[in-house]
Amino acid sequence: MTLFTPTHPHSHSHSHFILCFHCGEKCPDNENIFDEKHFCCDGCKAVYRMLNENGLCGYYEIDDSKGISPKLVKNDERFAYLEDISTQNNILTFQNEEEAHVQLSLPQMHCSSCVWLLEHLYKLNPAILRSQTDFIRKSIFIAFKKNETSLRQVVELLATLGYEPDLKYIHAVKKEEQKTDRSRIYRLTVAGFCFGNIMLLSFPEYLSSGYIDHGMNKLFSILSLGLSLPVLIYSGGEFFVSAWQGLRAKFLNIDLPLSLSLAITFGRSVYEIVSGTGNGYLDSMAGIIFFMLIGRYFQDRTQANLQFDRDFKSFFPISIRVRKEEGITSIPLSKMEKGDRIIIRSQELIPADAILMSGSARIDYSFVTGESKPEHVEVGSLIYAGGRQTAGQLELEVVKEVEQSYLTKLWNRENQKSYAGDMDNMVHRIARHFTLFLLLLSFGSFFYWLPTDMGRGVHALTTILIVACPCSLLLSATFTHAAIISVLGKNGVFLKNAGLLEKIANIRHIVWDKTGTITSSKNTNVHFEGISLTEKEKQNVHSVCSQSNHPLSQSISQYFSVKNIGISHVIADYQELPGQGISARLEGDLIEIGNAQWLGVGDIIADKDTRVYVKINDEIKGYFSFGTGFRVGLKATLEKLKTKGYRFSVLSGDKSAKAQDLRAYFGEDTPMHFGCSPHEKQDYIEKLRQNGEEVMMIGDGLNDAGALMQSNIGWAVSEDINNFTPASDVIMESKSFEKMASLIDYIGYAKKIVIASFILSLMYNVVGLSIAVQGQMSPFIAAILMPASSISIILFTTSSARIVARIKALRTSSI
Amino acid sequence: MSAIYILIGISIPVAAGFLIAFLYAAKNGQFDDDYTPSIRMLMDDPKPETKSDNTTTNQKV
Repeated sequence: MTLFTPTHPHSHSHSHFILCFHCGEKCPDNENIFDEKHFCCDGCKAVYRMLNENGLCGYYEIDDSKGISPKLVKNDERFAYLEDISTQNNILTFQNEEEAHVQLSLPQMHCSSCVWLLEHLYKLNPAILRSQTDFIRKSIFIAFKKNETSLRQVVELLATLGYEPDLKYIHAVKKEEQKTDRSRIYRLTVAGFCFGNIMLLSFPEYLSSGYIDHGMNKLFSILSLGLSLPVLIYSGGEFFVSAWQGLRAKFLNIDLPLSLSLAITFGRSVYEIVSGTGNGYLDSMAGIIFFMLIGRYFQDRTQANLQFDRDFKSFFPISIRVRKEEGITSIPLSKMEKGDRIIIRSQELIPADAILMSGSARIDYSFVTGESKPEHVEVGSLIYAGGRQTAGQLELEVVKEVEQSYLTKLWNRENQKSYAGDMDNMVHRIARHFTLFLLLLSFGSFFYWLPTDMGRGVHALTTILIVACPCSLLLSATFTHAAIISVLGKNGVFLKNAGLLEKIANIRHIVWDKTGTITSSKNTNVHFEGISLTEKEKQNVHSVCSQSNHPLSQSISQYFSVKNIGISHVIADYQELPGQGISARLEGDLIEIGNAQWLGVGDIIADKDTRVYVKINDEIKGYFSFGTGFRVGLKATLEKLKTKGYRFSVLSGDKSAKAQDLRAYFGEDTPMHFGCSPHEKQDYIEKLRQNGEEVMMIGDGLNDAGALMQSNIGWAVSEDINNFTPASDVIMESKSFEKMASLIDYIGYAKKIVIASFILSLMYNVVGLSIAVQGQMSPFIAAILMPASSISIILFTTSSARIVARIKALRTSSI
Repeated sequence: MSAIYILIGISIPVAAGFLIAFLYAAKNGQFDDDYTPSIRMLMDDPKPETKSDNTTTNQKV
């Protein structure tokens, strides 16, 4: 039992803040007191009261962790749909007249005190008969009296305690995972049992070298035969089924040679036993099935883990601006909840279904439907996830939780074809012909040995079919890619699909977008030069800039925020011309903010820095100038990439400002183009590609979406802004920028690892087959070698992916 | 040597018994979660406490 001395809430021990007795968060004030204990919110207080009244305060003594702050149940009707009988039938795993059972997924479960509390639910609601947690799967099993409580009440109780069940995930957990998992275990167990016993029964024959009593020998053979039947029919059944399905689809799959060799071995053994000429090879046959099943089991588990990592753990680094009581803050998308008020600016994507509260919405659903004509949406109507706002700032209320899988799907939908790289295709071609080659080879050697030594011929036939391992050829690419993508995810880089790894490795020319990519709005020094603005004008400029997601607008907006300049809310006719500027009308004043050319300012050549001019009612008030603000680690990254032989170009939407500074980073020979419109950027990339170059565009995904799309690889750098775009193939967290050179280098290793493991498995196949062709290998050895080779390939690929990552100083585990 | 017949006659049913026991256990989900039970057995039963007057006993040690 963990004895623990908790921080007493009154003792003010480590900090000046008073910590909440329940959840351990800082309390906003000292007001919320119950039972002489401080609480941060009413929710925590309510949970404490409930636990206290039921004598469950032992919860706080169990572990060094605190409770979960419950989401206050704002809307009591949230779980009303659980009253519906058909919904209940879907969710409940069992029910009769009195009792009902349910298995719920509780993602918030995190420590042993959670387990303790959740397994004492019967104290809080006497109608709950028992509750049992599964910590690894983060799920709970609850049995309750149907007549005294309802599913809704149970779920609401959990939600009040801070463990809101994840109801949309329930079916996936229940139906798929458990059933298939267990049947494989059963097959494996039966195969192992029979295999062991057949082995034992074969020992006398191997050891006695002919001195064995005839009657006993007969008995042993018959027992072995009896034991081999469940192995062949039950455990090995799936190989035959899969081979047959393959044949029906006119496809020679990997299970075909395997089933063929099983059938031959079994037939030959039966013949030998019945005719009394020998004891057959039933031990080998059972062994083949047993080891094959082990191999498949490991393969499935590894694949499932990697897949799970990708689908559920790797949240893209997208942030969303949420209006909280204390103001607008940026939070990761994964933390967004139903009911949140979110702020969407021009060019941003709506991450979840939401209701429009204010602003003028022109939503471009091209991401979802392919129709790019923006739709006008009235205040109060629903906007669906995946739409992109094209005009001004919106405030929305989220009505559905964000679904990572939905966004991933949207992202993956484009360029489905490009999924498989050349390497993948090559591997699949080889695998397809491999089976045919194998069948020819085995029957060839069978007929070769047949005239001289029939036994040797059969041996060769069966061992060739068993020992050959086309799956290790297939696995090398799949597993390497999965392992590398998982490492990349942990380092803040998210790939659309695995085929991109190879494409990135082929890149020779990198085109950099300047603003927001190699510069960061966070590191920028902003100054205003010109006629000093009145308070109202400042407010107006701030308001207009806050509508836009452009890095420079953000910098200006930040500049005003720091100076405590507010925002006025009445904005009309907001327009954003990509690469030029923004304009809007506020209480009759026309505010235009943008580059010198667009606003018709004269002396643009003299610019030494990036300037954004402000024009109010046709009068130029002055300009904002921006300091360098290059990203940390830019120099090192560029130098590393240069030594690897990459060529660079720089494209920028601004005037030739900072050209000298950029030269210092990029060198004299790098082509730099300034004042590019989004369309010119796209054209530039197209020209490079027409010259046969493999181009990667690194941009911020906002005003260079076209260029990202046009390039072989579009690599979006994501600051804490919502710039999720279908055009990008890769999304990188901006804080990973320093590691970028290592990451690109690492991706290059994907191909090397695949090739290495491919050669390894090819060598294995060549050696195995050449021994098998001579009829020298025992089927039993073949049966061990084959799954061993699959497992060794899995180990080789995943561990080398991790080792290379370590060498490159990249993260291999999450936090 | 006839002892072998008896031994086999016994050993295979015994082994089969264990197989069935294992399958039964697996089917009941005994191998689904190998972590939570290790926490569960460490938990004390709640101390008998009176409902109203437990604020002092609940102050942590």
